Amino acid sequence: MSDKKERIDIHEYLAEFDDIPGTRVFTAKRARQGYHLNQFAMSLMKAENRERFLADERAYLDEWQISEAAKQAVLNRDYNAMIDEGGNIYFLSKLFSTDKKSFQFAAGSMTGMTQEEYAEMMLKGGRSPQGQRSIKGGY
Amino acid sequence: MARITAGITSSHIPALGAAIQTGTSGNDYWGPVFKGYEPIKEWIQQPGNMPDVVILVYNDHASAFDMNIIPTFAIGCAESFKSADEGWGPRPVPDVIGDPDLAWHIAQSLILDEFDMTIMNQMDVDHGCTVPLSMIFGEPDKWPCKVIPFPVNVVTYPPPSGNRCYSLGESIRAAVESYPEDLNVQVWGTGGMSHQLQGPRAGLINKDFDLAFIRDLIEDPERLRKMPHIEYLREAGSEGIELVMWLIMRGALGDKGVEELYRFYHIPASNTALGALILQPEGIGAAPPSVREQVDA
Ligand SMILES: [Fe+2]
Repeated sequence: MSDKKERIDIHEYLAEFDDIPGTRVFTAKRARQGYHLNQFAMSLMKAENRERFLADERAYLDEWQISEAAKQAVLNRDYNAMIDEGGNIYFLSKLFSTDKKSFQFAAGSMTGMTQEEYAEMMLKGGRSPQGQRSIKGGY
Repeated sequence: MARITAGITSSHIPALGAAIQTGTSGNDYWGPVFKGYEPIKEWIQQPGNMPDVVILVYNDHASAFDMNIIPTFAIGCAESFKSADEGWGPRPVPDVIGDPDLAWHIAQSLILDEFDMTIMNQMDVDHGCTVPLSMIFGEPDKWPCKVIPFPVNVVTYPPPSGNRCYSLGESIRAAVESYPEDLNVQVWGTGGMSHQLQGPRAGLINKDFDLAFIRDLIEDPERLRKMPHIEYLREAGSEGIELVMWLIMRGALGDKGVEELYRFYHIPASNTALGALILQPEGIGAAPPSVREQVDA
């Protein structure tokens, strides 16, 4: 216990996340940016809120301090755009569950593939990590 | 004296719960997954194998904890826990019955051991907790044992390090072993294996990483303790970080060897690679299930 603690450099720790292709890590920065968007999504855990949202999505969204870009992303069910606005997939799952859609549907929708192509890729063993680990390193 | 007799790992993906609910668990897609769990289901019903209490390590997926409260390690000390409504209505499963005496004992012990726990006296449990129960106990009217839900933050960065998780497991073991009641306790580590649910890289699966992780969970946990988050992110996908929770289970099995009683590995389960294991600490001596391994990937 008295061993000298090896400290991680927080700046290096965070900077590495930007080197992963096609991935946005849910850091404090994103958590702050997406606070209201994510809390909006959480509100859909209540049946009465789901009904109210589905009855008039725009009006429901206008009750929240969410940027216009984030509201548009929700209305368009553009999950990549929602994540760009600080959304987190587990929070946003309340939105696609409200739509009666699965994690596979939501994940597939972010890849630029059709649902059929995405499902086929998963059946064949998923996306290979080859070339997908590091932008700079290209491995 | 209470003792930890086994560790189990399991996927906790909601699609498994949905397959049970919609009666599709026997179809071409889900059939092999449920078949892979059969030996675990049978094993746990054998005399001596049914735990009195499961310490169920999982992550809350923005259900009990929203953006307002983000505990790194929490422990459910309530009498019971309801199934959370995650947007499609609560999973229709029995309430999870806790063991407040043991949970408080563990909480106190962990805090004295320098793990500053968040104590939950009221909490709904989401698919992370209830899907493993369904996969291993099926669909009973009530769960056959008590469960202490043990949520770990792996959603908002940084999650705890693998080393911290492993050490926490060691402290859980010491806490259980200092509890006077004669209880059979299992620790379950859930989530994983490789998967990514977001962005253009969604669908990433890394079989080599997963199988090496399983190997070293048994043979060389020291390697896994040192694995930085970036390695999980690069190799196992952004949600593969859930695997740090398996290290809590592993730490709780003690620093002697562990015996692998059963291994199931399967691709794909929805977006994920699925790993389910039964491990037991050296010296327990429970018989393995008749089938020892199903690796269909
Ligand atoms: Fe999970």
